[in-house]
Amino acid sequence: MALVHPLIANWFTAQGWSIHPHQSDMLARADDPATLLIAPTGGGKTMAGFLPTLNELAEGPHEGLHTLYVSPLKALASDIKRNLRRPVEDINLPIRIEDRTGDTPASRKKRQRADPPHLLLTTPESLALLASYEDAPRMFKNLKRIVIDEIHALADNKRGDQLMLALSAIQNMCDGLRRVGLSATVEDPATIAKYLARHPDPCDIVMADPGPDPDISMLQIAEPPPWAGGGAAYAIPAVLEQIKQHKTTLIFHNTRAQAEIFFHNLWLANEDSLPIGIHHGSLDRVQRARVEAAMVRGELAAIVCTGSLDLGIDWGDVDLVIQIGAPKNVKRLVQRIGRANHRYNAPSKALLVPANRFEVVECVAALQAVKEHELDGDPRGPGPLDVLCQHILIRACAGPLDPNALYREIKSVGAYSEVTRASFDDCFEFCATGGYALRAYDKWKRLLQRTDGKWILRDQRAAQRIRMNIGTIQDTDTLKVRLKKSRGGKPLGEVEENFAASLTEGDTFLIGGQIVRYEGLREMTVEVTRRADKKPKIATFAGTKFATSTQLNQRILRMFQQEAWPELPAHTADWLTLQRGASILPRPGRLLIETFPHEDRHHTVVYGFAGRNAQQTLGLLLSKQMEQLGYDPLGFVATDYATLIWGLNPTTDPEALMNPNTIEHGLEQWLAGNALIKRTFRASATIAGLIERNLPSQRKSGRQATFSSDILYDTLNKFDPEHLLLRITRQEAMRGLVDFGRIRLMLDDTRGRIDFMTLPRVTPLAAPMFLEMGRVPIKGAAEERLLAAETAALMATAGLG
Amino acid sequence: MNSHAFTFCNEHLLALPSGALFWPAQRLLCVSDLHFGKASRYALHGASVLPPYEVHDTLLRLDQDIVEQRPKIMICLGDSFDRVGASDDLDPRSREWIIRLQAGVNWIWIEGNHDPGPLDLGGTHMHEVTIGPIAFRHIALEETATGGEISGHYHPKVTVRAGKRTITRRCFTTDTQRVILPAYGTYTGGLNVNASPLSTLLATNAICILTGAKALPVPRSKTRS
Repeated sequence: MALVHPLIANWFTAQGWSIHPHQSDMLARADDPATLLIAPTGGGKTMAGFLPTLNELAEGPHEGLHTLYVSPLKALASDIKRNLRRPVEDINLPIRIEDRTGDTPASRKKRQRADPPHLLLTTPESLALLASYEDAPRMFKNLKRIVIDEIHALADNKRGDQLMLALSAIQNMCDGLRRVGLSATVEDPATIAKYLARHPDPCDIVMADPGPDPDISMLQIAEPPPWAGGGAAYAIPAVLEQIKQHKTTLIFHNTRAQAEIFFHNLWLANEDSLPIGIHHGSLDRVQRARVEAAMVRGELAAIVCTGSLDLGIDWGDVDLVIQIGAPKNVKRLVQRIGRANHRYNAPSKALLVPANRFEVVECVAALQAVKEHELDGDPRGPGPLDVLCQHILIRACAGPLDPNALYREIKSVGAYSEVTRASFDDCFEFCATGGYALRAYDKWKRLLQRTDGKWILRDQRAAQRIRMNIGTIQDTDTLKVRLKKSRGGKPLGEVEENFAASLTEGDTFLIGGQIVRYEGLREMTVEVTRRADKKPKIATFAGTKFATSTQLNQRILRMFQQEAWPELPAHTADWLTLQRGASILPRPGRLLIETFPHEDRHHTVVYGFAGRNAQQTLGLLLSKQMEQLGYDPLGFVATDYATLIWGLNPTTDPEALMNPNTIEHGLEQWLAGNALIKRTFRASATIAGLIERNLPSQRKSGRQATFSSDILYDTLNKFDPEHLLLRITRQEAMRGLVDFGRIRLMLDDTRGRIDFMTLPRVTPLAAPMFLEMGRVPIKGAAEERLLAAETAALMATAGLG
Repeated sequence: MNSHAFTFCNEHLLALPSGALFWPAQRLLCVSDLHFGKASRYALHGASVLPPYEVHDTLLRLDQDIVEQRPKIMICLGDSFDRVGASDDLDPRSREWIIRLQAGVNWIWIEGNHDPGPLDLGGTHMHEVTIGPIAFRHIALEETATGGEISGHYHPKVTVRAGKRTITRRCFTTDTQRVILPAYGTYTGGLNVNASPLSTLLATNAICILTGAKALPVPRSKTRS
């Protein structure tokens, strides 16, 4: 049992609190190089992370920075600052606590570098920026501890990779830095421990009492869900009833568009005018802050939200979480459920609402997984090289670089411990010269080698540009939406550029729960007026579109094999029974392909259960393959479990269609010109520093100065196909938008074992796919034909044809 | 034929899908805004080092147009080089390539705002040139005198909705007084024809000719901002 400083022990007693076992466990490990704490929300997790710091600082004065706190959310940093100040002020400890994020004023940022506080609360991006200054070693010289909060939300993405790379540099600027990670429940704590610790340091895992199992069930609704779609409008009355019965309800959605529609419908039915708000990442920051504040004051009965509330401030009053739509991923579901009831030792209450018939199956499967504590997650693979490139540039900003020392430093990062010297050298070469097969502009290298062997920026002014572009979060192209007023009206949020381009004057759409009318585009801002007289279009928002996890899909496939389904509602069990009569149900380890005629077209359904992104990519690859086989495909549509392709001729040779070699080849050849790959390239090229998101003097007009990343991609693809950035792009295509890794997994899992069913009509399982949105016409020559027809028509209407 | 034929100042002109303009009666080929050396300017200023293939890629396309049209007169309508001195930094292969293309052609470099000075390459260097009823200059004059004017500089591009897609292409713009050429260089962006200052320069009944696989005309009034 570690000794708690008497001042702190007394403070705990005065609050009427006792120190939790996991808090004293953390204290006992205060001198370990790295410790990971897994605790449910509300378990005093943050205090457990800071207790060793408070203890050490209560012992005596410390000069300079003692503890860094890093969280994925800016809001969390300021919230923690407030919470920590209370004990510090009560005990009268001589500790200065400050936060530092993108919102911190420049004057304070400058002062913090000259005279750092004892506790600095920050984000991964702000920390990477700090590490890029020449004076970083002085600032971090006396650093003792770093606490990484919500580490589970960083360990699986590039922000987290950037954080650990920055940390590897900081670790070498101070003595005996100890690392603490705070995590929600995860499927594989050992992976996060390895991610957290300096490689190959050990990292103990402290597991707090997980508390009682959640009280989770399906929301009982008399009406069956529709066959397709994601709106869940049928559930509105039942959801309103639940809101009335609870103090505060969080209503989670998988996409921002669905949250908008649901919120709109909820208000149309909200006869009692219950105070209900909406919160998602595309809404204006001020609007979000207002909703958060109302929530903290307990003024809202419910908030319709998305992943934007997956993390964040503890809200004690939330007593119900409703998940609308299939949860897609069991781990995230469990973490969302944890948002309800932050009191320790009280079960969280949650209800699931499937939006359509297939989601009933997925929700029940997810329920079972939660009850059996079976979480999902995909192993992430080695650290991405685009982030490494950015890190090399950041390190070059901080001063002369020794590549050998830098390589050793990078190998101390868990995710990069396996990176080869050759890969590192490629990244270094890319940063220095561009790394092109054609050696050009040698006189304008970005990095130059000095006579002592160290590398420096050729032009020191480049440091400013590099710093301005630190970060790995990709903003998709969005346009701000504002109310039209003479001097610039209220900002409402943002929509995707593509959606904005589809609007014509007079069109209406939903944003922040309001119907607005598109008035025009002014200086890259969508101007709108309030209007409620027309059925709105559905805006498309940036934001992640999740695919159902491999584990959850496998569970569904196993469920299909049951004799009967007593756990499913009758309408859904009957549907599966019908499918069993008309065709067969998909089986684990085998691939079901159905083909049938419908409305003069031949349809083929491939039940790959590979998740939405992979099924979409499969649609692109298979339609190309069908063209070669002479099936004349016309279009396809993809869901999380299947791809439906239609064309003029029937599929006759499923083995040829699903040939793994031609599918692999297709990825290399046919997908090379695809928009998804180009988006993947743009993301990596931006992170690696080839494309600058922010320029020192951004002019509003004169847009002809910039050119699109697609041009760079096409040029590289044509002249330098083995360039590092194209290799990174192919690597990235294994997951994310393209998600080819899951196609490969499905092919490996079913190799050769195809259940090919030729049927006379649409099957029950395939039927809902005919109602799915997002049908993709086959591209290629079609686009030129389309364009020719359209321009000819426009000339004709103008009387010029 | 994938070109678009139109009449300007009573002369018969062809907008090629590549973005080059051909005047058959004069056997005159005209391209604008090649911006050779744009990538090296980026590198020079310490920004990212772009793929150094843009000169090569631009020359490939120019080579093809010259082979197909066999011009007697070639006009590069300004901003052929991205900055003064960029021609010195051309790699030897590209330099030889340009010299090869110049053989037997009356080659005219018009000055642009990026390349106002003389070049150390063959050909005639001029501020502007008038052939028949048509003046060739880099930047369009606000008021044109008699006759017509062919210029570049603005990198016009156009956005069209076709089916459910939004398609953006580089384009020519034409009205009774002016033809503005699209940028020909690989690393060049574009300015929407409905954005200022292009929007005020062009007549409301201007026609945009899209580049791509086929040169396609569309009225400017029917295109998107």
